[in-house]
Amino acid sequence: MCDTCGCNVTDGNRHLIEGDGKLARTESGSEAISVLQGLLSENDRTAAHNREHFDRHRVLAVNLMSSPGSGKTRLLEETITLLGDSLRIAVIEGDLETENDAQRIRDKGVAAVQITTGTACHLDAHMVHEALHALTLDDIDVLFIENVGNLVCPASFDLGQHRNVTLLSVTEGDDKPAKYPVMFRASDLMLISKSDLLGVLDDFVPEKAERHLRELASTASVHTLSARSGDGMQRWLDWLRSEHAAAQTRAVNGETLRPAIQPDGQRMHAHEPTRQHHHDGHHHGHD
Amino acid sequence: MHELAVCQGLMTQVEQIARRENAEQVTRILLSIGPLSGVEAQLLADAYPIAAAGTVAEGAQLEIEQLPIRVKCLTCSEETEATANRLLCGACGDYRTRLLSGDELLLMSLELERRQHA
Ligand SMILES: Nc1nc2c(ncn2[C@@H]2O[C@H](COP(=O)(O)OP(=O)(O)O)[C@@H](O)[C@H]2O)c(=O)[nH]1
Ligand SMILES: [Mg+2]
Ligand SMILES: [Zn+2]
Repeated sequence: MCDTCGCNVTDGNRHLIEGDGKLARTESGSEAISVLQGLLSENDRTAAHNREHFDRHRVLAVNLMSSPGSGKTRLLEETITLLGDSLRIAVIEGDLETENDAQRIRDKGVAAVQITTGTACHLDAHMVHEALHALTLDDIDVLFIENVGNLVCPASFDLGQHRNVTLLSVTEGDDKPAKYPVMFRASDLMLISKSDLLGVLDDFVPEKAERHLRELASTASVHTLSARSGDGMQRWLDWLRSEHAAAQTRAVNGETLRPAIQPDGQRMHAHEPTRQHHHDGHHHGHD
Repeated sequence: MHELAVCQGLMTQVEQIARRENAEQVTRILLSIGPLSGVEAQLLADAYPIAAAGTVAEGAQLEIEQLPIRVKCLTCSEETEATANRLLCGACGDYRTRLLSGDELLLMSLELERRQHA
């Protein structure tokens, strides 16, 4: 993939720091240097680079996050079936140990790259960049990145995706957004999954889950769906199609988009180039 | 537990700066970690001695400042304090707010001792 642009960021620690280097002498005689740089700036740089690849090849990149077992892989399987030939899909699967999820996707006739993270509880931008080398971006309309099942760690690492989609299954508590605010605040779309089970689980109230999400000052859309029964799937496919169309328009206009994770702390990185400032313009429909 | 990964990234940054500044020893590291950063300050502090061992910052004092969560209301323009899972406007209750502080994940400054010239 990177042969075409000549980039080489995987050995990336080179140009790490451009702190403003202001000096001041402390009482003890040592020198104090003001740095003001993000602790994940190396990851963020690689993520921005991944995003450039996606934009150049007009690929919409969607990061899927949830607790383990909320139905991410099942949703992808059904999505691939329902989309048929209308959108070309590829999947990067993150998992602690196994190749199982990637195999489930390949069985659907779609390219899938498995990243086994071992002990790491999240994907990072470098892992995704490596995985991209196994894919032909020109043959892809929508790239899904199924993150490691975990509502904490994945929220901190930008992968270069355009959108964050978080699943909350009805077998979990409807107060999950209040318990994991960092994750849910970063979501562009919250999918309440396994809705076919709502009838037997009377303690999950979708409206309550949405209220907890709003209390995080989130304007993200909320869809309720079931990959098993097909309920709500059409609306999800419509969202995907419209996001894919928006990605094409952005590509034509030379724009990009970052997901709702707006580490507002970023604005403090005064010395970093002000790239990718288009995120203010994206729409968050309450449809 | 991604704090070790974050901490290792921190050490890479610190070592780069130390090399650039010709530092013999880093004596103090100041971070700013907000409650909404996704990183637990305590877990990061716990991971720090492991990550710092054998580096130019071994033994350096790690200090972590935490800014309060503050939001600005897009409806009434008031700036109020908020909590991690309740980021509504403290004045009018609207959910359309923008975070002013509380999600920082920053290396603020370093203190170091320079190598003496020969
Ligand atoms: N009843 C029901 N079960 C589902 C649904 N989606 C997934 N599951 C089941 O939930 C389990 C975990 O699903 P999986 O897709 O592997 O979750 P992941 O860990 O998020 O990828 C499996 O047993 C699925 O069959 C659904 O819509 N309804
Ligand atoms: Mg899975
Ligand atoms: Zn207000």
